Amino acid sequence: MIKQRFDVIGKPRRRVDGRAKVTGQTRFADDIALPRMLHCKLLRSPLPHAEIESVDVSRAQRAPGVHLVLTGKDFPIAFGILPVTQDEYPLAPERVRYVGDPVAAVIAKDELAAFEALDLIDVKYRPLATIATPEEALATETPRIHDYGERGNIHRLQAFEFGDVGEALERADHVFEDLFFFEGNTHLPIEQHAAVAAVDGEGKLTLWSSTQVPHYVHRMLARVLRVPAAHVRVVAAPNGGGFGGKCDVCNHEAVVAKAALVLGRPVKVCLTREEVFYMHRGRHPVLMKFRTGVTKDGRLTGMHLQTLVDGGGYGSYGVASTFYTGALQTVTYELPRYRFEGARVFTNKPPCGPKRGHGTPQPRFGQEVQLDKIAERLGLDPAELRLKIVAKPDSLTANWFRIGTIGLAECIRRVVDRSGWKAKHRKLPAGRGVGIACGAYLCGAGLPIYWNKMPQSGVQLLLDRSGQVTVFCGATEIGQGSDDVLAAIVAEVLGIDPFEVRLVTGDTGLTPVDLGSYSSRVTVMMGHAAIQAAGEMRERIADAAAESLEVSPERIVLAGGRVFLADDPSRALSFREAVELAEAKFGTLGAVGSYSPPRPPARYKGGGVGPSPAYSYTACVVEVEVDEATGWITVPTIWIAHDIGRTINPVLARGQVEGSVYMGLGEALMEEQVFRRLPPKLSHALVHKIPSMLEYKSLTALDMPEVVTELVEDPDPNCPFGAKEVGQGPLLPVMPALANAVYDAVGVRIDELPITPDKVLKALELKRQGKTPRVGPDHFPAVPYPAPIVVPPPWEGGDGNAVKGRERKTEAAAAS
Amino acid sequence: MTAAASRIPVPRANVRLALRVNGEAHDVLAAPYKTLLEVLREDLALTGTKHGCELGECGACAVLVDGAPVLACLVLALECEHRAIETVEGLARGPALHPLQAAFADLGAAQCGYCTPGILMTAKALLEREPDAGRERIKEAISGNLCRCTGYQQIFEAVEEAARRMRERA
Repeated sequence: MIKQRFDVIGKPRRRVDGRAKVTGQTRFADDIALPRMLHCKLLRSPLPHAEIESVDVSRAQRAPGVHLVLTGKDFPIAFGILPVTQDEYPLAPERVRYVGDPVAAVIAKDELAAFEALDLIDVKYRPLATIATPEEALATETPRIHDYGERGNIHRLQAFEFGDVGEALERADHVFEDLFFFEGNTHLPIEQHAAVAAVDGEGKLTLWSSTQVPHYVHRMLARVLRVPAAHVRVVAAPNGGGFGGKCDVCNHEAVVAKAALVLGRPVKVCLTREEVFYMHRGRHPVLMKFRTGVTKDGRLTGMHLQTLVDGGGYGSYGVASTFYTGALQTVTYELPRYRFEGARVFTNKPPCGPKRGHGTPQPRFGQEVQLDKIAERLGLDPAELRLKIVAKPDSLTANWFRIGTIGLAECIRRVVDRSGWKAKHRKLPAGRGVGIACGAYLCGAGLPIYWNKMPQSGVQLLLDRSGQVTVFCGATEIGQGSDDVLAAIVAEVLGIDPFEVRLVTGDTGLTPVDLGSYSSRVTVMMGHAAIQAAGEMRERIADAAAESLEVSPERIVLAGGRVFLADDPSRALSFREAVELAEAKFGTLGAVGSYSPPRPPARYKGGGVGPSPAYSYTACVVEVEVDEATGWITVPTIWIAHDIGRTINPVLARGQVEGSVYMGLGEALMEEQVFRRLPPKLSHALVHKIPSMLEYKSLTALDMPEVVTELVEDPDPNCPFGAKEVGQGPLLPVMPALANAVYDAVGVRIDELPITPDKVLKALELKRQGKTPRVGPDHFPAVPYPAPIVVPPPWEGGDGNAVKGRERKTEAAAAS
Repeated sequence: MTAAASRIPVPRANVRLALRVNGEAHDVLAAPYKTLLEVLREDLALTGTKHGCELGECGACAVLVDGAPVLACLVLALECEHRAIETVEGLARGPALHPLQAAFADLGAAQCGYCTPGILMTAKALLEREPDAGRERIKEAISGNLCRCTGYQQIFEAVEEAARRMRERA
């Protein structure tokens, strides 16, 4: 039953875990200390690509304080987050693939002893040619970084065509062709990854870890340690920031788990900041080519997008990331035909993976900057152009995703209104400008990472005569407010205060499975499961209370910690009294809820990445001041409106929006995970250019602009209480809106991120010379994309399946 | 990535340290090379103080020494003997939160909460020096504390709200 009036939902509240966070009582993984605990340090490869000829640990084993030294020999089984890319080992047995690849581990009485013993491990490497860039990867057949993949160093190729895009572009009044590049960047959570493993009295393993995905870590440990999954418990400690950086299953987690099993003692590891930079799994660098057809009044006729994705040394989430560089281009605007070709290559750099927005911010940047160019050429206002082509609610996209509610038009109107757009765009004095952009994101991935028919989220509820409500759920608190959403939903249904709900979360030994904090899935999936479980409890409580009050259960209301008659609130029981009656009537009180997303309409192979129960939408206006002498960009204000469906806790929702703006602005202006070659006399290795928080630039309190946040509520029937996601979507429009604002300010196009002062100066110089005032990629290399999977869009008679019998030649040389 | 620095011999004998933390005297036996951060977290189990880099770059380990913010990862515990050390554990009075803590919890200034202790201590030092500190002073004061979650805005608002509550109380 969905209430029309809410007591908890939508009210600004202190989050349920707020007190623990401000008193220092929140126990992060590295805050855990256990009796007899030992410490672990990893020896990491100094070479980007090499075969391991031998590892001699004898000196390290004899070092004072050392209890155990592990190497690749101790871990014969590979792992990986995706079933199709089981390509990592806890410690590399034969081959290292990036500087920082773990090779050995020392477990000692303290960190210093472990650290010192690393120096006593003798590893003989046979260096292999280093593959530094996607171009080198495409051009190098051997050596192969992995012996699986498409061929050479091409990890994955994908190609889809939804309707005849060639014909759509021919039909268009204009065809725009643009290249964009989005440099990689990293999550930089303030908490470094840590994990503690211990063996309990029964000989079973427990791992506490700063992970966003305890369920997947649980599966990984059982696999690589060859122990029954039922004998492994993984507890996700609250994460000190995640942003996708703690979404992968990690080498160090397997290493300390193994060490604890061997030694029978607790073992802890905490990565240094430098190691966190090398662990990475962050934003993929992506080169993009867009060819988009438009009518003269600004309607899209078709789009052809090609992406080249720099994966780094391992698979990680990369296959999914590559799909995501093309999946969501269709959900914001009406796009009748769409063709997408994506390629991921291996390079000898730290593996890339999911960072906030997972694969979608890169093409969103390109698409929204290209729309700005289209509006400019057609003489249209870029906000008006977007408003005219916003996708329809309750519709299917060209690639067969189902859109439910869409508050995008309202988002655009709000930011246009609040920013004074009409008085500013193309009207501000030279050096000042505004830019607009939009975005969309998933509310949870429609399919789980490994194929199964089980629920993606489970919630269990326990009530007893004391009136206490305990809720168990595998969902993981990473700072985003997962615990608060869970407490709020249960409290709303049971008519109690959220602080009355005791939470047990993210613990594979105690809680029902939830797949974790990624893909913005928690509110929708956990929320549905929580409503189901709490709804069942509510019915029993109402039933028992009705019997006691001698009325029918339909007349009973649970609100404000009381159980009373809707039409006579004076006839009431306390919540505790009502629970006591229910326990007497029904026995021990418990209920479970489960959630699986609706079956997506896409039936074609590859159509599993991108469907979601709902999509969130965002529009953003950025204002900039550009100093033409220095290229420096100052951002005084950002206006952002997010279609959240329904707000559960406005304090937290606003925090997610502002945090996304902050992170997006950092990516737009300064953040980059880049690499450099050491000089030949220093091994010529490909190392991280700036593995420190001082040199990896991020915005400080002084750099952050004022953010004006608008939450647009268009409840989606597929979402709990109508609530969509808010953790990732608001990041997406920030980068293109900033790029578009720079153009409005000084008339130069910077078609690659980050937009640093040197690039602005270079473009201004080109402008002075009368050349095209643009800085960005000028070449898209030949990528051997395969013939596309052809799927007619819904309005061309398709049924969501690929059609056969359409011969398409492989565009092996689509170079521009 | 190798332990080159470890070739320098490290003095291993523990020394006795007399520390005063949150008004309580502690006798600690610890290695003389240990930072204040390590002694607080490892020897005194005061894990409320966090670390993000251990190089003085992120501000997560900020504590107060004689009332001034200090990065606990850059100072030896040895240097802090007989000085007044304050950590996040000393902010609340019994069950009553410090106004900064209450405002941070109420206004969303703590998301993951990891940078929070360092920012709370930095803000405390600011408001004790400048009870009327405005937005610009607050920004300057916490510009050495990195937060990746909030975008800082709710932190600014919480410090301002705490300052208001503290002025009303005074």
